[in-house]
Amino acid sequence: MSRFLTRHGRGVVGIAIASLVILAAVAAPWLVHQDPLQSDFAAGLKPPGSPGHPLGTDQLGRDLLARVLYGARVALFIGLCCVLLTAVVGGLLGLLAGYFEGWPGAVLMRLADVQLSFPFILLALTINAIVGLGLRNIIVSLSVAGWVVYARVVRGEVLSVKQRDFVHAAQALGLGRARLLFRHVLPNVTPSIVIVASLQFAQFIVAEAAISFLGFGVQPPTPAWGSMLSESRDYLYVAWWLAAFPGAALALTALGINLVGDWLRDVLDPRFRV
Amino acid sequence: MRAYLLSRLGQTVLVVFLSLTAVFFLVRLGGDPVLLFLPMDIQAKDLDEFRERLGFNDPLAVQYGRFVSRAAHGDFGESLRYRRDALWLVLERLPATLSLAGSALLLTFCVAVPVGVLSAVRRGSLLDFLGMGAAVLGQAVPGFWLGLMMIYLFSVRLGWLPTGGMGGPLHFVMPCVVLASFYAARMARITRSSVLDTLNEEYVLTARAKGLGEPVVIGKHTLKNSAIPIVTLAGLDTGQLLGGAVITETIFAWPGLGRLTVQALLNRDFPVVLAAVFLFSVTYTLINFLVDLLYGWLDPRTRARVRA
Repeated sequence: MSRFLTRHGRGVVGIAIASLVILAAVAAPWLVHQDPLQSDFAAGLKPPGSPGHPLGTDQLGRDLLARVLYGARVALFIGLCCVLLTAVVGGLLGLLAGYFEGWPGAVLMRLADVQLSFPFILLALTINAIVGLGLRNIIVSLSVAGWVVYARVVRGEVLSVKQRDFVHAAQALGLGRARLLFRHVLPNVTPSIVIVASLQFAQFIVAEAAISFLGFGVQPPTPAWGSMLSESRDYLYVAWWLAAFPGAALALTALGINLVGDWLRDVLDPRFRV
Repeated sequence: MRAYLLSRLGQTVLVVFLSLTAVFFLVRLGGDPVLLFLPMDIQAKDLDEFRERLGFNDPLAVQYGRFVSRAAHGDFGESLRYRRDALWLVLERLPATLSLAGSALLLTFCVAVPVGVLSAVRRGSLLDFLGMGAAVLGQAVPGFWLGLMMIYLFSVRLGWLPTGGMGGPLHFVMPCVVLASFYAARMARITRSSVLDTLNEEYVLTARAKGLGEPVVIGKHTLKNSAIPIVTLAGLDTGQLLGGAVITETIFAWPGLGRLTVQALLNRDFPVVLAAVFLFSVTYTLINFLVDLLYGWLDPRTRARVRA
């Protein structure tokens, strides 16, 4: 039992936290009855524990609990879209670049190097400032900034997998390229994709919040944790709860996903163990 | 060595050139900067004059050629907002950012390496548990939230520290801690795993068998040999630290390059954005180059490859 806990303890805790966050996101309408956008100016800036508002209200009298719970929807939706987009696009490009070692792959990897030579958050921020604000554009910006990691990792893996005997055997049997790539090479690089995805997931969510915090990304009144934190700065002297709860929700989400990611890495790939 | 230095220089120029090109075209595709920049009530005549003066009426290829030839001479144009040379405006802010990033890096090292080494040496102890627990938390807590909470506690409640701006040593405390927290957490974990790997090596066993004291075994035989992953991460992180400074500087009103970049992006002050991108990519590639030189010092085996 104790060996199980040392090996899987983090995974258990991580999955518990992540499930909690997913539950909050999915069940938000049943957990709270207030509308996260419904303002009530007379009831503004009520402290936590006020009747009907367990976490208090914001400057417009909107229920903070409702906003934090609905914020989980926004965060998870953005994180999930970004991870799916980058995993498919980056993974596919990495697969092709690793399998056909021609000049297009080499050019692509040089571009990836250039992109990696720039701070991720600054890159995503610059792209977002240029393509424009809003939910769709923040997903696009983060994905454009994030695909390179998959391409790099997958290409490296494919380079080694395709030297293995079963690939040569499949080639000798006269398998088509597409079949070889997707039936024999891809399954062997999938664990790496899963590991990168789980580690990137939290990074995307935190980056989205940071960008929205700076005034780009998701715009008010959409209840996103980052823009809620941004608004809370003006009220820090009078209403600490506006900053405390959305940030705590964000940190908890990142913690849960990171723990799951660490655990997956340990279980799926002992080489990367930290 | 000379050929190596030349090829590194070539790479640096390529990276900087490609980043600038990418941002230039992104900016131009993003819409008419004049409309976004000037006030709503401007007259059409002035609008056109402004465009003409900035050369926005020329074909894109012409604009790009002009931009490249000027940028090669260090001329990124005038800031649209401040009407001053963009590169100068950016360079003026660089010392503030470097001093913040530098002290955050120092703090990262001073906290993370001892914690990582002690956790590895006393593996499974309470210290290990607490240290790594703190590291996992530090990786999950976003810097900008930590910053807000620290401002609330130390400035609003206790009144010990200034809420922001640059001034005495006290002004450094919160921005530094906030910037360092994430990187210190990750570095502590890497240090721990790297030291654990090295402790299993036979030369460590030999050193112990010779009767060397634990400080020498750890300090001399283990730490130097586990330094490669730590230095690699530090190199990668120093660049990311510059990115993290963008957010930290905004929270603490730190007059650095990151805050200027955010403001320039918000104001669509594109000459300043391009000059900042230039400076970021030059700094970042220089740091990576220094890290590569450090490898040679830490691991003589890599020197042979450099010479070849």
